[in-house]
Amino acid sequence: MKIRTRRSFLKGSLAALLPMPALAQAQRRVIVVGGGFAGATCARELKRLVPNARVMLVEPNPTFTACPFSNGVITGLRPLRAQQFNYEGLGGLGISLVYLSATKVDPQARSITLSDGTALPYDRLVLAPGVDFRWGSPTGYDEAASARMPHAWKAGEQTLLLRRQLEAMEDGGLVAISAPPNPMRCPTGVYERASLIAFYLKARKPRSKVIILDAKDSFPLQRQFQSAWQQLYPGLLEWVPLSNDGKVVSVELATNTLVTDFTQHKAAVANVIPPQKAGAIAAMAGVADRTGWCPIDPATFESPLQKNIHVIGDAAISGAMAKSAFAANAQGKACAAAVALLLADETPAPGKLINTCYSLVAPDYGISIVGVYQPVNGQYVDVEGAGGTSPLEAPRETRAAEANYAAAWFRTITAEVFG
Amino acid sequence: MGGVCAFPAVIVAACLFALVAAAAAPPAVPPSGAASCSGCHAADPKIETRLPRISGRPPAEIAAAMEAFRSGQKPATVMDRIAKGFTDAEIRAIANWVSAQK
Repeated sequence: MKIRTRRSFLKGSLAALLPMPALAQAQRRVIVVGGGFAGATCARELKRLVPNARVMLVEPNPTFTACPFSNGVITGLRPLRAQQFNYEGLGGLGISLVYLSATKVDPQARSITLSDGTALPYDRLVLAPGVDFRWGSPTGYDEAASARMPHAWKAGEQTLLLRRQLEAMEDGGLVAISAPPNPMRCPTGVYERASLIAFYLKARKPRSKVIILDAKDSFPLQRQFQSAWQQLYPGLLEWVPLSNDGKVVSVELATNTLVTDFTQHKAAVANVIPPQKAGAIAAMAGVADRTGWCPIDPATFESPLQKNIHVIGDAAISGAMAKSAFAANAQGKACAAAVALLLADETPAPGKLINTCYSLVAPDYGISIVGVYQPVNGQYVDVEGAGGTSPLEAPRETRAAEANYAAAWFRTITAEVFG
Repeated sequence: MGGVCAFPAVIVAACLFALVAAAAAPPAVPPSGAASCSGCHAADPKIETRLPRISGRPPAEIAAAMEAFRSGQKPATVMDRIAKGFTDAEIRAIANWVSAQK
C-alpha cells in the first residue's frame, strides 16, 4: 500500500517527542471511503476542523469524474475533461490518499481491509460509496449489456459511449431512455438529459425523437420541464409515465429494443438507467438495511446498525433530501463537524441542511428545486414554508440567470471540494 | 511546527503544551445551516465565481440580506426559497459565522 502525504514525515518526528496520552489524542484516525462529493468534502472538512487527526481517503480511482453537468458532455456541449478532478489538493492538506478499494469492514475490530490485503484501524469510519446498480433489472440488463446500451449514470467512459452513439445516429432515429424507480441518484437528471438530447436533435437531427420510458408517475420540477418542452421541443420529446405503460421490464440487446408490458420500443440509441442501491461496501459493512440503502442518525450521520461508522451522500437514507452533489457536499460538512465533536467527546447537535438542484432544459434555460431540511423523529424533513421550485411562469432572463448560476455553482463546488 | 520543535527543549515543551491544549478544546463547528452556504458562495477567495462572495462581509449586512430574501423584499432566484427555512436567531448565527470566514 502506498500512502501519499506530504506531512507524514513531520508527524513521525513530532510523534516521537510526544508523551503517550498526547500521542493518543493527536493520532485519532478517521478513514473516509469514497472520493466523490460527499467523501472528499468530509475528508477535507475533517482535516480543517481537527488538524492533528490522521485523515485517510480511500478511493480506487485517482481521477474523479463528476456527474453534474455530464449531460452536457453527452450532447457535445462540453468536454469530459471539464468534469474531471484529482485529489492532489487534498493530499496537499495532509490527507493521506490511498488509491485502492476497501474490500472488507470489521466494525467490532474497527478496521477496514484494502484490496491489497492491508488492514487499517480507525476510530471513526465514514462511508461515501455512492450508488451501485441492481444489475438484472430490467431483465437482460447486466453490466455487459451496458456496453451496448449505456447507463451513463456514473460519469466517465459510459458518458462518452452515449455521446458517440448519439453522434453516430442517423437523422430520424429514436433515442429511448429507461428511467428507474425512486430512490435514485439525481432524480431530475433524467429529464435534464432528455431535454439536452432534444436540444441536440433539434439542431442536428430534427427528424429524430427522444422518449423517456419511466417507472414513475411523477418527477421533480415536472410542470416546469413539461412547459419548457412544449415551448422548446414540440414533437421532439415524449414522456411516458408508469401508468401509461412506461416501465421497461426487459431489454433485447440484439435488436436494441426496450420492452414494456405492452410495447416494444426499437431504439437507435438506448440509454438504460437501472434501479440503484447503496455502493457495495455499505452492505459488506452491515450498514445497509433491507432496502439496500443506509439508515443514519441525522445529527451525526452515524449508522444505527454499526457503531463508529457514518454514511453520507447518495448511499444514505436522508429523508426528504435528494441524492445530489449539493446534498452530498452539505452532508460531508455536517458529518465532519459531528465526527470532530465525537472525537473530542462532545455531543453534536442536530442542525439544518440545504439542497439546491439545478437542471438545464437548454444551455441557457435553467430551473431549480431547493429544500431546507431539519431532523424530525430521526429523519430529515422539509422545513415548512421553505424551499420549492422555480416559478412555472418566468421571463427567459430568469431562466438564463438560473443557467448561469448553475454553471457558477459547479465551478464553486468542485473548487471547494477538489481545489 | 515540526521543524521548530526539533531544536531547543523550551520550545519543544511549549509546542507540546500547545498541542495538548489544542486537542482538549472542542473544534469550532459551524452553526445550523451555515456550512451549506459555501457550496455556492465560495469561502476560499482564490475561487473565481460570479456568485456573490459573502465570507468576510459584515454580519449585519449578511443578516439584512437574508431577512430581505425571506420577506420577499429582495428579488432572488433561489435565496428567497432558502432564507424562508431559517429563524431570526439562525440567520444571526449564520451571518456571524460566515462573516468570520476569510
